Amino acid sequence: MYIRSYLQNNRMTVALTGEIDHHEAQRAMKIIADKIDAYAPQRCTLDFRDVAFMDSSGIAIVIMCVRRMRELGGKLILCNVQPQPMRVFDAAGIQQIAEIQGGAQYE
Amino acid sequence: MSNRNLTNSVYAEFPSCSENEALSRAIAAAFLVQADPTMEELSDIKTAVSEAVTNCIVHGYPDTIGMIKMSCRLENNVISIQITDQGVGIEDVEQARTPLFTTGGEERSGMGFTIMERFMSDLKVDSETGRGTTVTMTRILKSEDADL
Repeated sequence: MYIRSYLQNNRMTVALTGEIDHHEAQRAMKIIADKIDAYAPQRCTLDFRDVAFMDSSGIAIVIMCVRRMRELGGKLILCNVQPQPMRVFDAAGIQQIAEIQGGAQYE
Repeated sequence: MSNRNLTNSVYAEFPSCSENEALSRAIAAAFLVQADPTMEELSDIKTAVSEAVTNCIVHGYPDTIGMIKMSCRLENNVISIQITDQGVGIEDVEQARTPLFTTGGEERSGMGFTIMERFMSDLKVDSETGRGTTVTMTRILKSEDADL
C-alpha cells in the first residue's frame, strides 16, 4: 500500500493506493494517525480513488480517523470510493459517521 | 459462455502470516473465474475470504503461527469455501458474530462476521475452545443470462 498526503489551508488529503487488508492496515493506520496528530487539520479527506479492494480493516482505519478528527473538532471526508470498498462501507453503515463525497478533494 | 454444470475443487494450506491474506483472496478469485462470476460476486467472495482468513490470523493464532486450511468447491452455480484453523477457538460464537464486537482492539472493526454474512448466501461457524474454528461459507451465483 502506498500513502501520499497533501496539506493546504489546514485541510489534509490522504490518498491511498493499493489493497487495504489487515496486513496493510496496521502500517497504514499508524502513518495516517501520525499525520493527523502532526498536522491537526480541520478537515481530513481520505481519497480512495486507487483502492480497488478493502476489507473490514478499512473500516477500522476510518473509525480511527473519525475519532481523532472529532477530538480536534474537525471533520473526516471519504472521497472517490470505488464499488467494492463502498459495499464494505455500506455494510458497516459508515455514512452515519463520515461524509462520503464523489469528487476529488484537491484544492 | 461459461460451463455451470461443472464440479471442481481446490485445496490450499498456508501459515497464518498476514501476507497470506492477499494470497487467499487471489486463490479464491482465480478458482472462481471458471464460474464466470459478476464483478460483484467476485468482490463479495474475495472480501468474505479476506475476513475469514484474517480471523484465523488475528484470533485463531494470536501468539503463534499455525496452519490455515482453505478449500473451495464449485458445484453447478454454488461456490462453497471452508476455512479452518486449529487455533484457540471461539468461546462464544454468538457474541463473536455480533456487529462491532471485537477482542482485537483499535485496529479491528468487529465487522468481519457481519460482512461474511452479508456478502455470502450462508455462513456456518463451528468452533471449539482449544481445538480451532471452521467457517463454511456458500454463495449461490446468479444464474447465467439466458443465451439469446
